[in-house]
Amino acid sequence: MAIFSVYAVNKSGGFIYQYDNYVHRAEAEKTFRYPLDCVLKIHDEKVVVSFGQRDGIRVGNALLSINGLDVNGKFTADGKEIIEYLKDSTNYPLSILFGRARLSSNEKLMPASMFHSLFAIGSQLSPEVGSTGIEMLETDMFKRHCFQTLTGIKLIVLTDPRQSGIDELLRKIYEIYSDFALKNPFYSLAMPIRFELFDQIFKGAFEIPALSANFGPGS
Amino acid sequence: MSRQSNRTTDSKKMNAELFTLTYGALVTQLCKDYENDEEVNKQLDKMGYNIGVRLIEDFLARSSVGRCQDFRETADVIAKVAFKMYLGITPSVTNWSPAGDEFSLILESNPLVDFVELPDNHSSLVYSNLLCGVLRGALEMVQMAVEVKFSQDTLRGDNVTEIRMKFIKRMEENLPAGDEVHSRICVPC
Repeated sequence: MAIFSVYAVNKSGGFIYQYDNYVHRAEAEKTFRYPLDCVLKIHDEKVVVSFGQRDGIRVGNALLSINGLDVNGKFTADGKEIIEYLKDSTNYPLSILFGRARLSSNEKLMPASMFHSLFAIGSQLSPEVGSTGIEMLETDMFKRHCFQTLTGIKLIVLTDPRQSGIDELLRKIYEIYSDFALKNPFYSLAMPIRFELFDQIFKGAFEIPALSANFGPGS
Repeated sequence: MSRQSNRTTDSKKMNAELFTLTYGALVTQLCKDYENDEEVNKQLDKMGYNIGVRLIEDFLARSSVGRCQDFRETADVIAKVAFKMYLGITPSVTNWSPAGDEFSLILESNPLVDFVELPDNHSSLVYSNLLCGVLRGALEMVQMAVEVKFSQDTLRGDNVTEIRMKFIKRMEENLPAGDEVHSRICVPC
């Protein structure tokens, strides 16, 4: 299935729901000897590769774990600065896992709200009268589809660029939202959705054969 | 949790009597809880409003109705689609005001009052006032401020049940971006 994530944003740009449907791929683990033969730097409280791309390790990848222990920002699991730790030749040989940095929940929330503004700007800058906001945004690696309901809620789906059947999926997500969030008496409007039943039904929707049939295999 | 595994999002038809009786129990309880009928009417309207702001999403998700750009269109959708969908009846739309900002929904039969006979001491109770709140709440979510009230009620001796709807204003400030198709001011170049 090539649907990566689903986001929902309320009419004032607040974050309501987020769901990831992909596994982290393209992670590379490698054993290094002293001295380390790629250049690392600290970016956004993370250690990332700034130069030296090979063996599946790419520039921009973050350092995720050392000797199987997950790192904590720019510190090792036991609290040492990673950059200092890697300078010490007595720690070698060691095995390091590189991969794409995982988004924290705060980092997921920000682009959702940012897209809300982009959507509005898109409709304002339109040369044609009566234009909607951004409905689809395409890149090499994914497409971002957005459906805004009449009440102003935005449902956003990130998919593979070749994915079809998105309109049906967005419609289905809207139905699930209206059924399992709004009919829950303990859900307060426009607040984040944190209900187990909703999560279950939502995940179930990705397993419906009629939908997943035309969604094709993940790339 | 096996009980949840067979839940689906398909809409199910349910027995109207269960709904009618539940509503009756609600009104009776409110009459016990509050001293005067005015207060009960107010509470029913408030509950209806809270239902309406949620029900509108269900309605939009299930029907393929677009944004109404005219109150006449709104009247049609309410009578022919929404009432049909949720109460199984189709009220007629009449009594348009000359300005086209007011109309009446005439209910031949009101499923909420199937078993009701109003006692003498509840002469000012608007039994189905919940419906007013539902209509008001739902329309507010699609940026329409309306006033809704029962102007005739078979329960109070009238021949028909009539819900009067009055358009107050379009709530432009709440209009989602990219939806302001007809509200944009065109500046001549």
